[in-house]
Amino acid sequence: MIGPVLIANRGEIACRIASTCRRLGVPTVAVFSDADADAMHVAAADRAERIGPPRPAESYLNIPAILDAAKRAGARAVHPGYGFLSENADFAEACTAAGLVFIGPPASAIRAMGGKAAAKAVARRAGVPLLPGHEGEATDDQLEQAAARIGYPVMIKAVAGGGGRGMRRAEDAAGFPAALAAARREAAAFGDSTVLLEKSIPQARHIEMQVFADQHGNVIHLGERDCSPQRRNQKLVEEAPAPGMDAALRAELGRRATALAREVGYVGAGTVEFVADGSRPLGPDSIWFIEMNTRLQVEHPVTEMITGLDLVEWQLRIAAGEALPLRQEEVRLTGHAIEARLCAEDPARNFLPSPGHIAALDLPAPGEGLRVDAGVRAGDTLTPFYDPMIAKLIVHAPSRAAALARLAQALDACRAEGIRLNSGFLAGLLRSPEMREGGVDTHFLETFRQRGLAVPSPA
Amino acid sequence: MAEITVVAELTSAVWKIEAGPGTSVSAGDTIVILESMKMEIPVLAPSDGTVTAILVAEGDQITEGQAVAKLEA
Repeated sequence: MIGPVLIANRGEIACRIASTCRRLGVPTVAVFSDADADAMHVAAADRAERIGPPRPAESYLNIPAILDAAKRAGARAVHPGYGFLSENADFAEACTAAGLVFIGPPASAIRAMGGKAAAKAVARRAGVPLLPGHEGEATDDQLEQAAARIGYPVMIKAVAGGGGRGMRRAEDAAGFPAALAAARREAAAFGDSTVLLEKSIPQARHIEMQVFADQHGNVIHLGERDCSPQRRNQKLVEEAPAPGMDAALRAELGRRATALAREVGYVGAGTVEFVADGSRPLGPDSIWFIEMNTRLQVEHPVTEMITGLDLVEWQLRIAAGEALPLRQEEVRLTGHAIEARLCAEDPARNFLPSPGHIAALDLPAPGEGLRVDAGVRAGDTLTPFYDPMIAKLIVHAPSRAAALARLAQALDACRAEGIRLNSGFLAGLLRSPEMREGGVDTHFLETFRQRGLAVPSPA
Repeated sequence: MAEITVVAELTSAVWKIEAGPGTSVSAGDTIVILESMKMEIPVLAPSDGTVTAILVAEGDQITEGQAVAKLEA
């Protein structure tokens, strides 16, 4: 095994990586900003190095400072976690150049999957179905014909756009010319009036496949996760298996995801994201590739629960040059797992972040199918510099209904003084008829929230 | 004419000043955008009026309840 491992991250994921390293006897090095000198992840590692002031740009995103820390501590490998530098190809290259093993895919794979157009090109080469669409220069008449071929509703997107600007939805052929003109006008503001068309999926579900590849050409998948309950594009609840998924479709999505990973020369843990049409039962003709995340995901524990595997251990073994521990046919999925993200935010004040000193924090005791991956403890101060997630609660139960009930119960037991928690909101969500039914789309949380605000729930 | 002090809802960093001194605003207009825990939080004008002073600078770290701007309504 390679070590010492420098963990270039903070919070719960740094603690979680340190925990697997400890179990495997791999020494760990934490890094910390001035805001995190007494943080839980610092205590979780064998030693810790300061990397700069609180602002992420000066610390957790500061490549030279992190490489200096690795050198000082004698680290031989770097685990980037998720977020921060985890999908930064320059960082992966800088680690390699400094003689450190980057625990992640090659920089070339990070780059190839980093751009949406480039990722689509890889998917096309790998034969992975993309959302029906139209790309490239075209006259308005040609675009109108393409839209009819794709089928309405159609999204019109400025190629150079971003952040929702230069994006218009055409509901039908009658509305297409006006929507196209508006999108072109906004696109021109980006200096390029070129637009692309993409089939719009009004009731979208987010389904993703966990893949693993080693340095010997082996690629397998570990099943899917359904991460449709989202707020402002942030996932809040994730589960596996996905409601409505059968073995045949799982195998087909696994085939697509591993083909993509092979095409891009992938190594390590990765996630291939798909959008599914939630107005229909899940099927091979109504699910399409969106993008690949070239890192460990926040929600990886649900996959660990249903497979009984430790994905961080796999990452370390693969980085050390070992072959994948299992063949595809040896992967077993058991029961149902669901994760909820416990955040310091106030649902009653439109999910306003809630930084502050945590005077008291009660999280439910792990066990009986419950796992708690926390990144803070009582006495810590949540600063405005970093994200508001303080813990992940993950349950594993024989059935989906039992998992939902167990997780809601665990959320009921969360208490904090000094900060607000979103646990009551999450528990209510898990008990809603729609969640119990399963298969909600990515807009469900918005309507659920409005309903919840109209009828205040008892404290 | 009444002077209103607009305060920050939470501990945060000042990301952007949207309406500087002398700007006429309507109730609900954004005066300053704060950033906390990777979220942007707008500070809104509580009523129609004119911004008479901005009491913070971009990049400042501020605390909950701190005065951010003065408004003449």
